[in-house]
Order: sequence, then structure tokens, then C-alpha cells
Amino acid sequence: MKKDILKINNLSITTKVNTKFFLVDDISFSVKEGKTTCIVGESGSGKSLTALSVIRLLSPQLKMTGEILFNDDDICKMSDLEIRKKRGLDIAMIFQEPMTSLNPVLTIGYQIKEAIAVHSDLSSRKIDKKVEELLLLVGIPVERVNSYPDELSGGQRQRVMIAMAMSCNPKLLIADEPTTALDVTVQAQILKLLDGLKKKLKMSMLFITHDFGVVEDIADDVIVMFKGRIVERGRVSQVLSKPKHPYTKALLGCVPDAMGKKQLTPIDYEKLDRAMQRL
Amino acid sequence: MKKLLVTHNLSKTYVQTQGFFSRVKTNIHALDGVSFSINQGTTMAVVGESGSGKSTLAKSLVRLVKLDKGSVKFNGIDLLNLKGEGLKIARRDIQMIFQDPYASLNPRLSILQIMEEPLLIHNFQDADARRKKIEDFIGRVGLEVSDLKKYPHQFSGGQRQRIGIARALILEPKLVICDEPVSALDVSVQAQILKLLKDLQREFGLTYLFITHDLRIVRHVADDVMVMRHGKLVEEGKTDIIFKKPKNEYTKDLIQSIPGLISKRN
Repeated sequence: MKKDILKINNLSITTKVNTKFFLVDDISFSVKEGKTTCIVGESGSGKSLTALSVIRLLSPQLKMTGEILFNDDDICKMSDLEIRKKRGLDIAMIFQEPMTSLNPVLTIGYQIKEAIAVHSDLSSRKIDKKVEELLLLVGIPVERVNSYPDELSGGQRQRVMIAMAMSCNPKLLIADEPTTALDVTVQAQILKLLDGLKKKLKMSMLFITHDFGVVEDIADDVIVMFKGRIVERGRVSQVLSKPKHPYTKALLGCVPDAMGKKQLTPIDYEKLDRAMQRL
Repeated sequence: MKKLLVTHNLSKTYVQTQGFFSRVKTNIHALDGVSFSINQGTTMAVVGESGSGKSTLAKSLVRLVKLDKGSVKFNGIDLLNLKGEGLKIARRDIQMIFQDPYASLNPRLSILQIMEEPLLIHNFQDADARRKKIEDFIGRVGLEVSDLKKYPHQFSGGQRQRIGIARALILEPKLVICDEPVSALDVSVQAQILKLLKDLQREFGLTYLFITHDLRIVRHVADDVMVMRHGKLVEEGKTDIIFKKPKNEYTKDLIQSIPGLISKRN
């Protein structure tokens, strides 16, 4: 039995104004060491809020309760300084828009260097060496170290983000829709890269996506979220081929398959409501 | 089957300038000798990555981009040399549905005004007839007559896309160009919109030029597919055949990249 690197117990998120309205409603799950857990759901299901709360990057207008145990330390109870030491070092995150998450006026080399320097006291020369290694690791030619983000393609920018995330060998990588803005061929490359890095660096991943195709490619375990709640969880093969919850079934009915044999059936929300009430 | 649209050798080059006083000029071939035809009542999908020229192709067919070379025959008319009134009539028959339902509706107009605009441009004089037509089409896309007095921000992404579809169809066009109509939407909403487009096609005998980067959607909606890369048409044919036996290396690459197939490959 693998150890849980991340364990979330009874996490709830509300706005500070209205503490009765739950954006994330009492969810518990865990990420096993060296494994990838995918959170799937539609917009507004609370999947990104869940991811952000793990590194305490929630908007100050929101209030969270519950327990987030990272290697048995409760992230919710840490001071701001303690959590800042964890961010980037133990837990790294990559985002959906590689265009907006990089600083346009700094070279990519400088930005990766910065990510390393925050958490280490290596000499400048050693850090430069490490930047080169990281670029090599994510498949960007080392000559590009002095390029600015606008000189790179979308896929290359996402690779730079991954290089920054990998800079301190994090134990957990949170990826919030990292391939949604990319072309399919590039998406396939990035997914392969992430999966390879996960195995090579013995990292765990919490991967957020709305695309069941991506889930099938990258996940070990799956969590399906709907209106702030977890409606289904399990091994990827089991959830995709034998879904139990009516919402998972309905959502899978909307996903076009590559074979083109399936008839697409939009969700019938009245039917879904009735089915969920019966549960 | 009748060919609704026949294009021949479409070419468009953009000049990119760089450097001091723009002295460095690079030519970018957005479209490079693209020829294809679409049969009436069918769906032709255009796939390719960003920068492959898909959107330039779409814009050139509604004359929003001036082509350098090539000819387009729409319903037997030479589309590229039309002017004035003739162009206006042709444009009525070719409508477009856009990718971003948040950006393609004017936030300061009510839905009624948004849908009335094309009718006014095309000289529908009778106010009662206009109103009746608008109410008819808003119902067809699954919205209510009471929604007409609302404004775009009061709707969700999927509902806005329905409004965009209603606006495109109200002139009863023959060809509808759909430029990534569902890529900004959730998968559940995507399924609704794809079904709506299919139903409307059956009802009105519409012909679609469907631009997308998602091959899974191509498989579901398209009769024929053309694959573009760097402004060139690299492969074209019946959807089933292209998916089963892709000839071009790039097409093979695209099909291999479909999410959900990668894990099976390894």
C-alpha cells in the first residue's frame, strides 16, 4: 500500500459574505505517492478552487474549513511564512494559460533562475548550470535561455512553466488544465512529458481537467466533481468504463469518442435530478 | 449531389515586418493553393493546428479577407468579384458562427436588437413579420421569447452560442461557416450545441463548413474532412476513410494525438 502524500479531509469553501453557500462542499480525498489523481468536472464544479486551496492561493474573499494534510502536516494551520517555503519547493503548480503566467519583460532563463534562487543558496554559476539541465529536461534547446516569452510558441511556454515547477524537485505537482489552451499534437507531447517526469522524479500529481480523453491518458485515480461535491471516485479504468453515479454516466454520454460510433446525448437535467434524488 | 461551394487555388500571403523601420520582411503563406468543394447539405470539417490557415480560409469565404489569388464559386456565382448589391445578396446566403460567444455579441444590444440587425440590413421592411421571425428562431435554438429583452451578459456561454446560432440562421443562409463553435464550451454544453446544429441542418438543409481542432468532434459531425498545415491542404476525403487509413504523415500524427488514444498506444 502506497503512502498518501496529500490527504484532504472535509474541505469546504464558502464566500466570507455568505457562509451558507458552499462552493466546495465537504470533500475528502487523497493523492498517493507517485500516482496521478485527476479531478474532472465542468466549469463551476469547484475543481480549481480545490487545487488552489492546496497551496493556499485562494482569494481572500473566500473562506475554507477542513484539513489539508501534506506529508501529515496541516497546510491550513501553517503560517504564511511556512506555506511560502512549501510553495515551489515541495508543492509546485502549473496553470492553464502559459501566456499569462510568464512575465513578458523577463527572459525565460531569468524566470527559471528566480524560481531556483528563492529556495536555495547555490552560487549564480551553479544555478545557471541547473537552468540548462532543466531546459534539457523539458525539451527546450539551451540556446533559448535568453528568449522572451513572446518569442516562444504556446507549447514551449508551457514547457518553461514545467521547468520552473520542476526546479526544486517538488514532491507534488498541481496541474490546473495545463493543456487546455494547446493544439492536440502539442497536448499529446506535454502529457507525455509530464507523465515521464512524474516517473523519473518520483513525483505525485494532482491534475485538473474537463477532458475525459486526457483523464484516460494520464490518471491513475479519478475524482468526479459536480456542484462542489465529489460524486464519484475510483481507479481510472473503473470510473470510465463502469461509472456508478448518474452524473458521471450523463457526462460521459456527452464526450465524443475517437471512433465516432457513439451517439452524443446531452445531459437531461430533470432526469439527472430525479436519478440523484433516488440515491 | 450538387456542389454548393467550389474553390480553386486560394492563396493569401501576409507580410510580417521586423526590425528597425520594418526592414526585415518575411512572407507568411496563410493559404497556399487551397482547392476544395463542398456538397450541398453536407458538413465539411477543416482541421489543423493554430496557424494552419483555417480561420483565414473561413474569413476569405465571407470576403472579410482579400485573397491574393484563386476563385470561389458559390452556387454558381463567382464570389470574389461581386460588388455592391450582388455581394450583399451573396453574403446573406453565407453566415458565420464564431468561437467566442463572449466576444461575438454586442454587450450594449438586447437579444432582440442583435437578431433584428441582420434583418434590417437585408431590408425586411415589415416590423410585424420581423418580430414573428425572431420569435420563431429564438424558439428553435431553445430559448424563450421572454429572453429577447435581455442582454448578452445575462446568459451563460452555451446560451450565448445559441443566440449566435439564431442570429446566423435568421436570414436562412445556404452555407454556415462554424469557426470552432464549441471549443469554448463545457463538454455537456458542447454536446447540446452539436445536437442543435445537427437538428438545424436536417431541418433547413444547411451546408456547414466546420472548423475545429478536435478530431473527436470531426468524427461526429463531418461527412468530409480536410486537413490543413502551414496554409496547405495536406489531405482531404471522407471522414471515415481519413480516420481509418490516413495517408499523410501529419494526419497520422493528429489522429495519434487524440486524447484517450495515447495510453492505448503505449
